[in-house]
Amino acid sequence: MEFLVFLKDHGPELIRGSLTTIELTMLSAALAIIIAVIAGLMRLSTNRLVYGPATVYVEIFRGTSLLVQIYWIFFVLPLFGLTLEKFTAGFIAVGMNLGAYGAELVRGGIQSVPKGQWEAATALSMSPAIRMRRIIFPQALLNMLPPWGNLLIELLKGTALVALISVSDLMFMAKKINSTTYLSAQVFGIALVLYYLMSRGLITPFMRWLERLMARKVGKRL
Amino acid sequence: MKPTVFHYPAKLEGEDIPLVRFHEVTKRYGDLVVLDSLDLDVAEGEMVAIIGPSGSGKTTVLRMLMALEKINDGIIYVDGEPLTHMSRNGGLVWADEKHLRRQRLNIGMCFQHFNLFPHMTALENCIEAPVQVLGMSKADAIKRAEELLDMVGMLEKAHEHPSRLSGGQQQRVAIARSLAMRPKVMLFDEVTSALDPEVIGEVTTVIRKLVHKHNLTMLMVTHQMGFAKEISDRVCFFYDGKIEEQGPPDQIFGNPKSERTQQFLSAVLEAN
Ligand SMILES: Nc1ncnc2c1ncn2[C@@H]1O[C@H](COP(=O)(O)OP(=O)(O)O)[C@@H](O)[C@H]1O
Ligand SMILES: [Mg+2]
Repeated sequence: MEFLVFLKDHGPELIRGSLTTIELTMLSAALAIIIAVIAGLMRLSTNRLVYGPATVYVEIFRGTSLLVQIYWIFFVLPLFGLTLEKFTAGFIAVGMNLGAYGAELVRGGIQSVPKGQWEAATALSMSPAIRMRRIIFPQALLNMLPPWGNLLIELLKGTALVALISVSDLMFMAKKINSTTYLSAQVFGIALVLYYLMSRGLITPFMRWLERLMARKVGKRL
Repeated sequence: MKPTVFHYPAKLEGEDIPLVRFHEVTKRYGDLVVLDSLDLDVAEGEMVAIIGPSGSGKTTVLRMLMALEKINDGIIYVDGEPLTHMSRNGGLVWADEKHLRRQRLNIGMCFQHFNLFPHMTALENCIEAPVQVLGMSKADAIKRAEELLDMVGMLEKAHEHPSRLSGGQQQRVAIARSLAMRPKVMLFDEVTSALDPEVIGEVTTVIRKLVHKHNLTMLMVTHQMGFAKEISDRVCFFYDGKIEEQGPPDQIFGNPKSERTQQFLSAVLEAN
């Protein structure tokens, strides 16, 4: 009974927080994917001026804490004249961080395409760009999808850190409700369940669907 | 850094220039000399069989001609034009990637493990390069691909993905895919070695057709001595990155001069 009252009073806030978390996740994911593809391809270049910057990027973002990166983008960049709104700063930090991990997935996925595929494409006089776009990348994508599913779940969980720069996501709302009601078990319990539902109820089925779709496109049956 | 200038002829001219010429071609991997100043001419319409022990450089010859890798020394000409080099300010320098890509249009290659694109159907495999590289319209490319798939007996499976095809069927599609680019020279690297014995015939039948009906210029690395004897105009026996002995199939198989050729052939015969 008490719990129902709690839900009635605070449910809407938690739902608004969840929607913000979903929005953050989607924007960060889009950014992470773009960064991952670009940095992953750059990492495969044999030109130092191309793979060098990408390697530095991947090293910095994988080698330091996401929370520190969020603080840097939100608190330190303004000192250099670049001020971002907290929501924007949040999704950019998460996207850049997970993009660095994604770059390694892209690189590994491309390298996992057998040498014979590269050679067959080359023997047909394909340019490196056509070969990558039409032959190598589609196969790499299929290999990469399962680890990308895990990465997107990491990304969703990572978004909880933006509560620390006061973006009103699910975690922020939960903390706010906790500080006024002191019903820690209820509020953080619900937050746990909601995060679980978002990862296992939204991301995992979506990725499974995508894997099946892609597999069908390449004539494979899973 | 100034590019090295070479003093080979910038063009082969005359009545009977070979379609393919290897001139003093050397290929090294580190200290290992894989092709040792190789000379080899192939005339238009000729079918050359390449035989020899494992590691003697047979695959490497084809890979150099396909420009999948760079040679260290010497020069290769195709149809009188340098493949490995290009003209710059009156001399020859090493070819750049663009020149190589243009020259590759003259050459088609089939591999031991087929290397079909698994995410495309048989037909899509055959139209991909004509559309993307040659800029053919999709309709024209499909027409050409269907003719070729028909020729190799794979038209019925045109809409299957490679994973649904047997090895022999995949190899026949791979041959059609190469031919769709209308190469002047076709290279076959042990195209039947990965096949079950009962389907080898499907592939050799197609190659036989190319020889008898289409008079294509071909280099074929093979371990099928009987097929080489039947089909080729000339047999080259490779040993240690060099041609140890070459000649008409009757001579090489019937009366080999080199002791190494004799040893190799008797070892192969014993194994069969
Ligand atoms: N990428 C490579 N790196 C180093 N050695 C190689 C490479 N490719 C081929 N070789 C060596 O070159 C020699 C000739 O190889 P190959 O032409 O494939 O022989 P064959 O086809 O006659 O069996 C072998 O000793 C092989 O180990
Ligand atoms: Mg070989």
